Amino acid sequence: MSASPPPFQAAVPLEVGETWRRLHPLSPIVRFGRVLIGVLVIAVPSIAEQPGLHRDAGLPISLIIYAGLLALGGVGGFISWMVTRWRIADGNLQIETGFIRRQSLRIPLARIQAVDVIAPLSGRFLGLAEVRVVSAGRGAEHGRLAYLTAAQAPIVRARLLALAHGLEVSTPEPDALPLLHVQNGLLLPALLMRSQVLAPILIAVAAVAAIAAAPVVGAGALGSAVTVLVISGLGVARAFNEDFDFAISEAGDGVRLDRGLLQRRHETIPYGRIQAVRVVEPFFWRALGWARLEVDVARQSVSRETDRDAQQVARTLIPVASRDQALWLLARVMPDAYPDPPPGAGPPSRARLKAPLSFHFLAAWFGQRYVYARTGRVQRSTIIVPLVKVQSVRLKSGPLQRGFHVATVDVDTAGRRWQASARCRDEEEAVTMVRHISERARLSRRVPPPRPANPVPVPAAG
Amino acid sequence: MSTVVTGQIAGGADLKRLSPRFWLARQTELALVWGPLFIVALVVALIVHVSAADLLPVVIALIAGVAWLVERGRYRSWGYTEREDDLIVVRGLMFRHVSVVPYGRMQFIDVTAGPIDRAFGLATVQLHTAAAATDARIPGLVRAHADALRDRLALVGEAKATGL
Repeated sequence: MSASPPPFQAAVPLEVGETWRRLHPLSPIVRFGRVLIGVLVIAVPSIAEQPGLHRDAGLPISLIIYAGLLALGGVGGFISWMVTRWRIADGNLQIETGFIRRQSLRIPLARIQAVDVIAPLSGRFLGLAEVRVVSAGRGAEHGRLAYLTAAQAPIVRARLLALAHGLEVSTPEPDALPLLHVQNGLLLPALLMRSQVLAPILIAVAAVAAIAAAPVVGAGALGSAVTVLVISGLGVARAFNEDFDFAISEAGDGVRLDRGLLQRRHETIPYGRIQAVRVVEPFFWRALGWARLEVDVARQSVSRETDRDAQQVARTLIPVASRDQALWLLARVMPDAYPDPPPGAGPPSRARLKAPLSFHFLAAWFGQRYVYARTGRVQRSTIIVPLVKVQSVRLKSGPLQRGFHVATVDVDTAGRRWQASARCRDEEEAVTMVRHISERARLSRRVPPPRPANPVPVPAAG
Repeated sequence: MSTVVTGQIAGGADLKRLSPRFWLARQTELALVWGPLFIVALVVALIVHVSAADLLPVVIALIAGVAWLVERGRYRSWGYTEREDDLIVVRGLMFRHVSVVPYGRMQFIDVTAGPIDRAFGLATVQLHTAAAATDARIPGLVRAHADALRDRLALVGEAKATGL
C-alpha cells in the first residue's frame, strides 16, 4: 500500500475496446477504508499504552499482530484488485472478479438504464470515483466499477451512455438542462423545521418550565425529549449531508441529480423507472408554502450484492422548494399531474370514526393518467401513481371497515416504497374505483406515454 | 360486501370456486393437527384426577371446531375468474381481498404443491408481477386444471406483455 497514487492509465486516453483493464490500484484502500480506520482506532491507543517492558525483547506482540493483520488485509486487497478487471466489448460491459470464486458479470449495453458517478469522501481525497451501472429487468445485475480516477469516471460514464443509446463511442454526455438548485441556506432551516425536530424541542422547553413545578416529571420528560432530539438531530445531519448542494437537471433520458456534502453523487433517474412520486408537506412547511418531492423507482434486485451502499437509490427529487416550484417540477416528471383533490375526493364522513387521525387529509381520486392518494394528519403526503405503471389493483375490507361500509383500494406498482392506498372509500365507490382504475390502466398501457413538454420557466420562489 | 361486490367488479362473470378436494385436504390437515392433540388431552384427562383436567378435551374440541369453521369459511371465500384482460382473485373471510391482475403485467407463474396437496392431486397457481404486493394466488386447483390455467395464463400473458 503506497502512500502516493502511482501514475496509472489516467494519462493514457481511455480507448473503449477489447482490452481488459484494471480498476485504480488504490481502490482497496477506499473500499476497505472504514475497516482500516477502525483497526487503527483500536490499534493505535492500545499500542501507545503498552509499557516499555518488552522493548528489550524486540517489538511488542500486539504490534506484530496488528502489523500482521494490516499486511493480511493489504495482501487481500491487492489480490482482489489483481483479479478484478473490466472491459466494454461485444455489446456488454464485462466485469470479472473473485479470486477463489470467480465471478463474471456481463451487462448488456442495450439494457443500461442509468450510469451514476459516486465519489465517497475517502475517494475524493484520493481523487477516485465509482461508476455504477443500473440496468433494466427483474434480477438484473448492477455493475460497479469501484474505483476509477475522478477524471476517468465521467468519460466512462459518457461512453457507456453513448453505447447504450447506440451512438458513436466518442459522443459526449448529452447536455442537461438545469431545472432547480436548492440553496443550502434553505435546506438546513427546512430540515430543522420538520415536526420530528421541533416537537421534541417544544417538549424540552416545556419540560424545563415544568421542572420548577414538578421536578421529577419535568426532568424525566426533559431526558426523553433530549434523547429524541439527539436522534432526530442525527437524522437532520444525515439528510443535510445527503442533499447538500442539491441540483436537479433534465436530460433526454431522465432527470439528473447532483448532491452530497461528504459523498458527492451524480445520478440519473430515467423517466421510465419512476413508479410513483410523493408530494410531502410537513406541518410547519405548509405555513411557509414549502414542499418536498420524493420518488419511487422500480425495484432493485437484492441479489448477491450485499453492499448496503449499492442498494441506495435516489429517493428525493427535491429536498425543499416552494410549492409552486415543486408542482412545476412535478409537471416536468409527470406531465399534467396535479396533487390537489377535486371536490368529493374525500372519504364519507362516517369514516371519521374509522380513521380519526388521518381523516383530515384523507383523499383519493384518479384522472386519465394518474391515481392520487393523499393521507396524513400532521404531515400531508400525496402519492401520485401513473396509470401506466399500475401492476395490480386490489380491494380490501376488514370486519371493522365492513361495519362502516367502507373499503380500501390498493394500487400496486413495481416500486418498493409505497403503493397508492385509497383508504376508507364508500363500498360502492371502491368497486367503481377498482373497475375504472384497472380499465384505464389497461387503456393507458396501449398508448405510449407522452414525452415531457418543452421547458417552461421556473416559477419564482415563495 | 361479498359476492355482490365481487360480481360487480367481475362485471357479472361467475366466480370459479375451488375444488371440493381442497376442502378435503384442509380437513385432513386439521385432523392431523387437532386429532393427536385431542387424544393427548383425553389421556391426560383420564390419568390426572383434577376436575379442571376433564375440561381439557372439551376445550380442545371447541377450538378445533372453531378452526374447522374458519377453515371452511376460507375455503368458501376463495374464487377466481378469468376475464378478457385480467384475472380476478377473491379471498379472505375476515379481511376480504379482491385482486385484479392484468395479464400484461404477469412476469412469471408458479405452480406449487405441498405434500398434502399432492396426496389429493391438488396444486397452487401463483401469479407474480413486478409489484411485491401483488397477491394473486389460487390454491386447491386440481393438478390438471392448474397446469391448464398456467398454460392459458402464460399464453395470454405473452400476447399482452408490457414492460415496466
